[in-house]
Amino acid sequence: MTERVLPAFSRFTATTGAALMATAVLLLVCFAALAAELPALTGRVVDDAGIIDAATEAALTQKLAAFEAKGSDQIVVATIPSLDGEEIEPYANRLFRFWKLGQAKENNGVLLLVAPNDRKMRIEVGYGLEGTLTDLHTKLIIENDMVPAFRAGDFSGGIAKAVDDMVMVLEGNPEELEARGKRNPADDSSVDPIVTLFIILWATMFLGGLAMAFLPPIFGTKLAPGVYKWLGMTFRYGQRSGYTRRGGGVWTTGTSSGGGWSSGSSGGGWSSGGGGFSGGGGSSGGGGSSGSW
Amino acid sequence: MFAQRLSSPLAFRNLPAFLMMAIMLPLLAGCGYNTIPTAEENAKAAWSEVLNQYQRRADLIPNLVETVKGYASHEKDTLDAVVEARAKATQVTVTPETLNNPEAFKKFQDSQAGLTSALSRLLAVVENYPDLKANQNFLALQAQLEGTENRIAVARRDYIQAVRDYNLTLRTFPSVIWATLWFRGNQPFANFTIEEDKMQTPKVDFGTKQGG
Repeated sequence: MTERVLPAFSRFTATTGAALMATAVLLLVCFAALAAELPALTGRVVDDAGIIDAATEAALTQKLAAFEAKGSDQIVVATIPSLDGEEIEPYANRLFRFWKLGQAKENNGVLLLVAPNDRKMRIEVGYGLEGTLTDLHTKLIIENDMVPAFRAGDFSGGIAKAVDDMVMVLEGNPEELEARGKRNPADDSSVDPIVTLFIILWATMFLGGLAMAFLPPIFGTKLAPGVYKWLGMTFRYGQRSGYTRRGGGVWTTGTSSGGGWSSGSSGGGWSSGGGGFSGGGGSSGGGGSSGSW
Repeated sequence: MFAQRLSSPLAFRNLPAFLMMAIMLPLLAGCGYNTIPTAEENAKAAWSEVLNQYQRRADLIPNLVETVKGYASHEKDTLDAVVEARAKATQVTVTPETLNNPEAFKKFQDSQAGLTSALSRLLAVVENYPDLKANQNFLALQAQLEGTENRIAVARRDYIQAVRDYNLTLRTFPSVIWATLWFRGNQPFANFTIEEDKMQTPKVDFGTKQGG
């Protein structure tokens, strides 16, 4: 019986394993294909099409960084050489969600996308800003700022003007902007410090206790039956109250908890101070509008 | 001593049960017990967003019809068709609870498709009225309608993805165990098919491509 069952079972696991492998490979291929199409978020101005001059790019980056520091709204300007036949609306939405512009709870990101070879542009607005920067605003910004300048071949000027006007509209509701800024201070990391502290404390206690339970007998020197000396501390086992610590009284976990701290405070997040810049986890539901020239 | 003698038997009696709970409960979640309800709620939420955006479109239409009437009153047939299609579309609703009913879903889809085509006919007619196209009110409605159509497209894409995930949990290996053991009442949700999606997603061009 068992002989007959076992091969069947192993065949089953083998086929499942093969299927899983195939799926994983397929998924990887899909992700790779999808990721290859979308440019990387290298900064607040991602000029892959190379249509913005260096001075404007620097000025825009500075302006957008200052604006984000004030109200936590993330505006990103992107230019791509070609849409490869895709409509600009789904592409912009895909890119917005891939970059996760805006803060996670506020969804306050804006993406200004220009595809010069397709002669199309779009302002994609995150869920949280749809009420402030309305479809009509974006339409007017596209038609009045960008289209005339783009027709004259002045990409830098049109984009700069559009960014100015978007900032103006978003600042037009100052109380709302300040409230958002307060809810999302600029140096906020995505990891809640209280949660981090709790996890570190918990891990220290748990792992420390675990380590003390069985490491001294292994690594320590035996003083007496059930009494071990390790790292300058004396551990006693085999008594009802478990083990007792003598001596030092310091757990010597100071170094490890210090390491935990430093990694906790610098981990993840959209620290705009350093060279790295990333989205804050926001999403968009297709707000904004598109245009062409 | 006394306290120890009292508490330790109690602690030891509860220990196996406690350990069992501590091990089993995370395992239950880890084994995917939550997968099906989570996917189902995601799909329902995505559907609510679809409904929400279709509703927004329906809300914009009376204003649009009124504005167009002021400039193109003799396009009565086109206008009436839009009003009628809107009335039909608002009558058919699919609540999240009836998402597993393909007939109701089909009806909803057809009525919304009817409204879409009536709308695009109206917007094609509007091309002949330059005064109307310069009207500020019409421009605002145009921008809103365009935005709403795009939001509908995004919401539909999200719904398609959410339903695909949900239906997969009902049919694929680890979670299908839970589906047969526990969630027998859960039926796959109806989805927009790719062909219908392409047919229905309108190419709403408000004449912004004229210049250039």
